[in-house]
Amino acid sequence: MEIENTKSNIFLCNQETDMTFDEIREKAVAEWEPMEQDGVPVIRIGTATSDRASGALQVVEEFEKELARLNVTAKIIRTGSVGFCNHEPLVIISKPEYPRICYNNVTPDMVPRLVEGFLLEDDPCMEFALGTLEGGDGTPPHIPELPRSEYELRLLLRNCGFIDPENIHHYIALGGYRALARSLEMTPDGIVEEIKRSGLRGRGGAGFPTGQKLASCLKARGTPKYVVCNADEGDPGAFMDRVVLESDPQAVLEGMIIFAHALSSHQGYIYTRMEYPLAVERLKTAIQQAKNLGLLGDNILGTGFSFDIEVFQGAGAFICGESSALMYSIEGKRGFPRVRPPQSIEAGLWQKPTQLNNVKTFASIPVIIDKGSEYFAGIGTDTSKGTAVFALAGKVENVGLVEVPMGTTLDTVINEIGGGVKDGKRFKGVQTGGPSGGCLPEQFLDTPIDFDSLKEAGAMMGSGGMIVMDEDNCMVDAARFFLDFTVKESCGKCVMCRLGTKQMLSILEDIVEGKGKPEDMEQLVTLGEDIKAGSLCGLGKSAPNPILTTLRYFKEEYEAHILEKRCPALVCRNLIAYYIVPEKCYRGCEHCVVVCPSEAITQHSKRFKVIDQTKCIKCGNCLEVCPQEYNAVVKISPISEVPDQVEK
Amino acid sequence: MASPSKHEEEQITEGMREILSQHEKDKSCLIPILQVVQQTFGYLPRIATQKVASHLGMTDVQVYGVASFYNHFRFIPLGKYPVQMCMGTACHMVGGGLVLEALERTLDIKVGGITEDREFSLDRVACIGCCGLAPVMVVGEKIYPKMSPAKVDEVFVNMKMEAKRD
Repeated sequence: MEIENTKSNIFLCNQETDMTFDEIREKAVAEWEPMEQDGVPVIRIGTATSDRASGALQVVEEFEKELARLNVTAKIIRTGSVGFCNHEPLVIISKPEYPRICYNNVTPDMVPRLVEGFLLEDDPCMEFALGTLEGGDGTPPHIPELPRSEYELRLLLRNCGFIDPENIHHYIALGGYRALARSLEMTPDGIVEEIKRSGLRGRGGAGFPTGQKLASCLKARGTPKYVVCNADEGDPGAFMDRVVLESDPQAVLEGMIIFAHALSSHQGYIYTRMEYPLAVERLKTAIQQAKNLGLLGDNILGTGFSFDIEVFQGAGAFICGESSALMYSIEGKRGFPRVRPPQSIEAGLWQKPTQLNNVKTFASIPVIIDKGSEYFAGIGTDTSKGTAVFALAGKVENVGLVEVPMGTTLDTVINEIGGGVKDGKRFKGVQTGGPSGGCLPEQFLDTPIDFDSLKEAGAMMGSGGMIVMDEDNCMVDAARFFLDFTVKESCGKCVMCRLGTKQMLSILEDIVEGKGKPEDMEQLVTLGEDIKAGSLCGLGKSAPNPILTTLRYFKEEYEAHILEKRCPALVCRNLIAYYIVPEKCYRGCEHCVVVCPSEAITQHSKRFKVIDQTKCIKCGNCLEVCPQEYNAVVKISPISEVPDQVEK
Repeated sequence: MASPSKHEEEQITEGMREILSQHEKDKSCLIPILQVVQQTFGYLPRIATQKVASHLGMTDVQVYGVASFYNHFRFIPLGKYPVQMCMGTACHMVGGGLVLEALERTLDIKVGGITEDREFSLDRVACIGCCGLAPVMVVGEKIYPKMSPAKVDEVFVNMKMEAKRD
């Protein structure tokens, strides 16, 4: 992905390490405050990875061109992502006397109108607007015109899409590093107590009480102690951590430095997926900028405490998201999880006490220390405090990041915030927790989202991926997909995981290919329970979950595949056939013939098109290109239901 | 897969001298070193991993054992246009698998392979986190959002035309 540094002169300010925190903050505020108060409009354009994939950089270029051409003065800030993926590229324009206005799906040809209309003249071009932006400035931002703003609380995402992630002054001006300054005057025990009182539980998936982990690591004997951030967000469909790292990396650094101070640790690592190159780049920039201001590195804020952070890139192994495997990877070894005890807080990286936490957990620490544990504990439920961030994806209108107080129901997230299932289709299920999680059907939509309720339903919150499925998704195929992923990513150490999951996959493949047997369902359950019992780490222990939950809640789909050789969702290739309905075929076009890769479509004497089932490879091209007004191509299951060939 | 030519071997040897001079002889540097080697040559040539092994005081097979554990490291070169298909959940749910098959057909290679002329290589990649644009294909550093089997031909025709122009 294109990596582009914005113009920031922070790199040149090496002489500032003698400044006190108040002086640093004053300077930051002096740069930030005039920005929207000096009469010059500010244009914020999201430039995280998904924004760029939607064409954000071309939009930036077009704004620069138009501003120059029309001789308009305005500041452009390349921000991170707000996380409203279906609205990207997102542009927020602040002009004096006007509220901040968000424009969605901005393309380069919209830019001249925006510049001329709104910046040069006084027409805010509301036909392009999504709504107005309130908050930001250190308080949770929201767009009041959108129904979702009633339910969301953007605490961890408070700066995302609002600040330049490559300018530390923005982060500091909005309250950043105030928590660090405060914690440097607290005792280690004081910091531990504050985190314990907040009720924060790890956001990496396991939900272990963070304060308790910190207390244990503090008590552990042995030096040096390490602080490690797990940024190996490997769950397919999860991108919360990516957005935080690309949009507000300083929040993560600040959390790590605070913990390092509590533990008297001098070295930290951030283990980042190499599939996130922009996140790696922004982290490195953030580290350098923090060092330049004496907030990281030697003699932090003149206290004599030193702590350094190194970014370590992963190499494409999902299992390295498991904490012990991650640490072995940093040591230069294969990422095999190990037996516990000893716990990593006693003997982790290089057998030394190691405090490992997730990106979102570290990003929560500055909020807790700055605003107080009571504030944080006041959000959420009795046992799950604070907010939960989800990457909502799949068959839902508003794909993107959602942040809600713990205890919000799945229904609220999917329907009120997510905008419901798209294209008017019927909701079938929601998958939470990635390949370790479960698929829950409609009757669970009222389940509150917290660590414990979802577990009771047989799913888990996991790190935050949430995939919505509709009537066109096959749950057996979904289970097979997740298991295929886990089989590929298994490290191979435990027999039950290595061979058991392969065997489960083999059975599932038989089922989707129409070779399933009635006893397969029971076999899958038995195998699944055995794999859970016989596996050392979370990957093996949770690999059967997607299969066990789909068997529990979508049994009728398995039965249809096995007993009737039918795929109700019309997905499984061996159980479906493509068929052109003669009465609907226009007869005058050749769209389907042209795109068929196996030349399976010919013309009948009555001029409608016919698919030769012996040649059809079920690629779906014909269905895609058949013009909407005819919709002549249909999928049929079971294959025995395909009407007989009309006589030529 | 043909081994590197003599000229390529010389280039690799020269490149490795440069790379290893910048890294300590510390076994914990193994993965970062391999990452630089892959970034430089597009894959891990055999003679390169042998040099890494002797630099770190490890055996050839120990280095291979670590490198082969990680999906990112490849032992055959990348094409000039490295094509990667995202195999994340969201991409799969909206037909990513069908796009991958279309890619195999259009390029006439299987996943993990490379075309005869070394122009195109094809791989799966784990979720790149752009689930709002599923199905996603990446060629080099460029992301192609909302792919479909029918779009595959169009994308590659354009790419081949651009390649001819260059």
